Amino acid sequence: MKMHRAEEIWLVISVGVLILSMVVTGYQAFAMDMAPPSHKETIDPQKVDQTAPFDNPGVFQTEEGKYEVVMTLQIFSFTPNKIEVPAGSEVTFTMTSKDVVHGFQIAGTNVNAMVMPGHIQKITQTFEEPGEYLILCNEYCGAGHQMMSTTITVK
Amino acid sequence: MGLEKIKKVSNNEILPLTISKQESRLYMSFIYVAIISLLIGGLMGLLQTLVRSNTITLPWGIGYYQILTLHGVVLALVLTTYFIIGFQFALMGKTVGISLKQRKVAWLSFWVMIVGTVMAAITILMGKASVLYTFYAPLKAHPVFYIGLALVIVGSWIAGFVNWHQLFVWKKKHPGEKSPLLAFMVAINMAMWFIASLGVAVAVLVQFIPWSLGYAETINVLVSRTLFWYFGHPLVYFWLLPAYMAWYAIIPKIIGGKIFSDSLARLSFILFLFFSIPVGFHHQLTEPGIDPVWKFIQVVLTFMVIIPSLMTAFSMFATFEITGRRKGFGGLFGWLKHLPWKDVRFLAPFIGMLAFIPGGAGGIINASHQMNAVVHNTIWVTGHFHLTVATTVILTFFGISYWLIPHLTGRKLTPQLNRLGIIQTIVWTVGMTIMSGAMHIQGLLGGPRRSAFSEYGGTEQASNWIGYQVAQAIGGSILFIGIILMLYIFIKLAFFAPKGIEEFPIAEEEEDAEPTPMFLENWKLWIAITLALILFAYTIPFVDIIQNSPPGSPPFSWPIGN
Ligand code: HEM
Ligand SMILES: [Cu+2]
Ligand SMILES: [Cu+2]
Repeated sequence: MKMHRAEEIWLVISVGVLILSMVVTGYQAFAMDMAPPSHKETIDPQKVDQTAPFDNPGVFQTEEGKYEVVMTLQIFSFTPNKIEVPAGSEVTFTMTSKDVVHGFQIAGTNVNAMVMPGHIQKITQTFEEPGEYLILCNEYCGAGHQMMSTTITVK
Repeated sequence: MGLEKIKKVSNNEILPLTISKQESRLYMSFIYVAIISLLIGGLMGLLQTLVRSNTITLPWGIGYYQILTLHGVVLALVLTTYFIIGFQFALMGKTVGISLKQRKVAWLSFWVMIVGTVMAAITILMGKASVLYTFYAPLKAHPVFYIGLALVIVGSWIAGFVNWHQLFVWKKKHPGEKSPLLAFMVAINMAMWFIASLGVAVAVLVQFIPWSLGYAETINVLVSRTLFWYFGHPLVYFWLLPAYMAWYAIIPKIIGGKIFSDSLARLSFILFLFFSIPVGFHHQLTEPGIDPVWKFIQVVLTFMVIIPSLMTAFSMFATFEITGRRKGFGGLFGWLKHLPWKDVRFLAPFIGMLAFIPGGAGGIINASHQMNAVVHNTIWVTGHFHLTVATTVILTFFGISYWLIPHLTGRKLTPQLNRLGIIQTIVWTVGMTIMSGAMHIQGLLGGPRRSAFSEYGGTEQASNWIGYQVAQAIGGSILFIGIILMLYIFIKLAFFAPKGIEEFPIAEEEEDAEPTPMFLENWKLWIAITLALILFAYTIPFVDIIQNSPPGSPPFSWPIGN
C-alpha cells in the first residue's frame, strides 16, 4: 500500500501537531495541576444531611486568603447561595448532590464540574477580579433546571 | 437453457447489481421514517429557539424539556439510524445483493425498530419521559421509554447481522476476491455500531429497566453514565461513516472522477473501528470518581481518531484536483472550476465537507482537558454538533437522497428539483451558520445548553446572552424553511417526479490502481485489535469505578413532572 508523497507530508505534519498538543495538554494536566475535576471520595446520596461536612454547608475561611465552600446541590438550588469572598482569595468548592446529577459552572471563569449523587466533587479557583459572577447548573436536572442559579460576589 | 444461464450470471455478477421493486420498498420504508422524523424534529427545534429567545411560551402545558427530548431522540437517534440503515441496505443490495431470506429478516429489523420507536415516542408525548435523549440517571422516565429504546437498538442489530451475512455470502461466491469497497465499509460501520451499542444495551437492560420497574431500588449513576458514553462517542461516528462512504465512493463518480485510493479508504475505516470506541471519557472529563490519568489516556486515543479524518480530507481534495487536471483545468486552484457546483448531488455534500473543518476543530477543543472546562455543557457544544451532525452528516444525507430516492422509486431528479435542492442547500447553510455561530459565541460567554428561557436572576452576564438567543431563533426559522423545502423535494421525488432511470453513482478505481492488499480484509485481526483497545482503555478505570462505588441512587420522577 503506497501513499502519495503529498499525503505523507500532510499526515506527518498534522500528526506532529496532534502529538504536540497532546504533550501540552498532558503537561498542563499533570505537571501544572490543571487536570479536570476528578475528586474520588464518595458519600451515601440518601444521607447527605447527616454526613460531615455536608451537615453544615457554608463558607469557611481555612487560612489567610483561602476559603472552602461546602455546598450541597439539590433540585433546583445551591446551599449556600449568594456567596461573598474578598478579591484575591483562593476558593475551594466541596460539593455533592442530594438528588440527581447537577452541574456547577461559574460564568466567566473556567470553573466547570459535574456534581453527582454519591460522589464528592472539588474544584478550586482564585478570584482576582471583583464583581458579581453567575453560578449556574449546567446539567439538565428537571423541569426547573433553567432556574437553578445563584451568584458569587467578589469584593 | 444456455441463454438463461448467461442471463443469470450477468444478473448476479455484473456490478452494480439492479435493485428490484421489492427491495426498493424495503429501503424506502426506512427513508420514509427518516423524513417524517426530520419534519417533527425540525418543528421542535424551531420551537426551542423561539422559547429560548422569549418569543413564545409553549401552550397546553407542553414542557420545554419535553420538546427537547423529542428533538434529540427523533433527530439524533431516529432520523439518523433509519436513514443510515436504509442507505446501507441499498449499498449492500447494489454491491453484493440481497437474498429473499435476507430481505425478510431485514423487514423484521424494520418492524422491531418501529415498535420500539413508537413506544418511546408515546411516552415522550405523554410527558412521561422528559429526560432528554441521554436519559441520565437518576432522573427516571416511564419504563416503556427504556424498553422502546432497547428495541430500536435490537432492531438495528438485526440489520447489521443481515449486512454481515450479505457480505459473507458474496465472499463465499467470490473466493480470493476483495470485497466491494462500499460493502466493506458498511460491514465495518455495523461492526463498530454493534460493539458500541452493547454498552448502552447493557445499561438499559441491566440497570434502567429493572430500576424503573421498581425491581431494583437504586442505580449506580456513574456506571450508567460510563456505559452510555462508551456508546455515545461511537454513535457520532456511526452517523459520520455513511457520509464518508458517499464521499469516498460516490462523490468521485458524480464529479466524473475515480476513487483516489481503495486501500487508503479501507485503512481509514479500519482506523475508525479501532479508535471510535475507547474514547468515551472525553465526554466525562469533569465528572468525579474517574481517575484523571485514564481520562488523559482516552483523550490521547481520541486524538488518534482525527487521523483517519485527515486522510479522508486529503483523499477528497486529491480526487477533486486529479479529476480537474485530467479535464484540462490547470493552475493552483484552476481545478476548482471543473467541479459541478450546479449539481446538488455534489454541492450539498461538498458544503457538508466544508462544515467539517470548523466542526472538527471544535471537536478537538471539546476533547482537550483545559479547553473543555471553558465549553463543557455550554451551548457551544450544541453549536458544535449542529455543524457536525446537523450540517456535515445531514447535508450529505440530503445529497444522497437526491439520487437515491428517485433511483428507488423509478423517477428522475429534474432540473427544477435540482435547482430547488441548491436553494435548499443554501438556505440550510445560511440558517445553520447563523444558529450555530450564535451558539458557539454564547457558549464561550458561558451560556448553558439544555436550558429553557431564563434571566438567571437578572445578572449582567446572562443579560449579554439574550441577543445570541434571538440570533439562534432567526437561524432556526431559516432552517425550518429549509426543512419544508426538503420535505417538498422529497415528496416530489418519491411520488410525482417524471418516471425514468436515475443513476446510482458508484465510482470505480483507476485503471492502473495499485492492487488493494488482502490483509485489509483480515476481519478477525481488526476485531481483535478493536476489543484489545477497548479492554485497555476501560478495564482498569471501570473496575476502579465499580470497586469504589457509593451507595446507589433511588429514582426521581417528580423533577420531570411525574
Ligand atoms: C430546524 C433545524 C434545527 C433547529 C432549529 C435546531 C435547534 C436546536 C436547539 C435550539 C437546540 C438546543 C436546545 C437546548 O440546549 O436547550 C438543539 C439541540 C439539539 N439538536 Fe437541533 N436543531 C435543528 C436541527 C437538528 C438536526 C437536523 C439534528 C440532528 C440530526 C439536531 C440534533 C440536536 C441534538 C442532538 C440536540 C441536543 C439535544 C439535547 O441537548 O438533549 N438538530 N437543536
Ligand atoms: Cu440543572
Ligand atoms: Cu465524543
